[in-house]
Amino acid sequence: MQIEVNGVKKEVLAGTTIDGLVTELKIVSERVAVELNLSIIARNQFNQVILKEGDRVEIINFVGGGE
Amino acid sequence: MAVIDRPFIIDGVTFQSRLIVGTGKYASFEENKQAVIASGAECVTVAVRRVNILDHDSENLLDYIDPNVYKILPNTAGCYTVDEAIRTARLARAAGITNWVKLEVIGDTKTLLPDNEATLEATKVLVKEGFVVFPYVSDDPIMAKKLEDAGAAVVMPLAAPIGSGLGIRNPYNMQLILEAVSIPVIVDAGVGTASDAAMAMELGCDGILMNTAIAGAKNPIQMAEAMNYAVKAGRMAYLAGRMPKKRYAQASSPVEGMIE
Repeated sequence: MQIEVNGVKKEVLAGTTIDGLVTELKIVSERVAVELNLSIIARNQFNQVILKEGDRVEIINFVGGGE
Repeated sequence: MAVIDRPFIIDGVTFQSRLIVGTGKYASFEENKQAVIASGAECVTVAVRRVNILDHDSENLLDYIDPNVYKILPNTAGCYTVDEAIRTARLARAAGITNWVKLEVIGDTKTLLPDNEATLEATKVLVKEGFVVFPYVSDDPIMAKKLEDAGAAVVMPLAAPIGSGLGIRNPYNMQLILEAVSIPVIVDAGVGTASDAAMAMELGCDGILMNTAIAGAKNPIQMAEAMNYAVKAGRMAYLAGRMPKKRYAQASSPVEGMIE
């Protein structure tokens, strides 16, 4: 099924969780935050929320920046 | 006897350093880290951005700026609406490090001046949600007071536009802000060099946040150290109380005993 991650279309297997997606993308999950269809997903829910066709996921982290 | 400084406390956290530094525009994470160390800062601001899922670095800023050592202050830089800023702040908090946020709602791309009205609105929402809000605002004492009343933890009036390096353009307004509010006043944006930082501190500001003044210097690490001294020197001069300004000369050597 297809979802959108950070504005990029991506194919994932049915039943993929947020945790599964983050791992598949080789992202260190301790330092990111995730938004699913504009709602924030708490870190302890990463392994429980299962993605659906057409979901829009945002994965953010902290980068260099001042003002 | 020297005047003892009062501690610099924000949301119960006591800082020895009154300098907060940014993490943008450095050549490398390592240079950034060395500059932070040289600056003596204990609080560091960071931006919130999408992870590049196609090609993300194996290294992350926080591998160099340890959140267990430094207080991390996420910012909403680049946000132009209340909704964008609130969304960014919520995501920053969800990253699990802090509920502090340097709130920026920018008015336009040319000046990067703050949209004060939108900033006030976003401050009200975020305070209600339990954030410790550091709003970036014009050097306007009326707006500073409104932000204090809205529950902001500090106010961050600009010295001059972001990245301009022009120094404090309106020291009189800065003094009015210092008189208007009882929360810490942290100058944010526009400082260009050490004398600008010292001047802000001599006015009585509680702290300074800067990024480009350090990162944009020919030698960022050396400038970071200069800023460390400037903030301390300016603060100490403020505490010491400067001599009154006079229009005419007044000799400091005695007239008595002159060779005749």
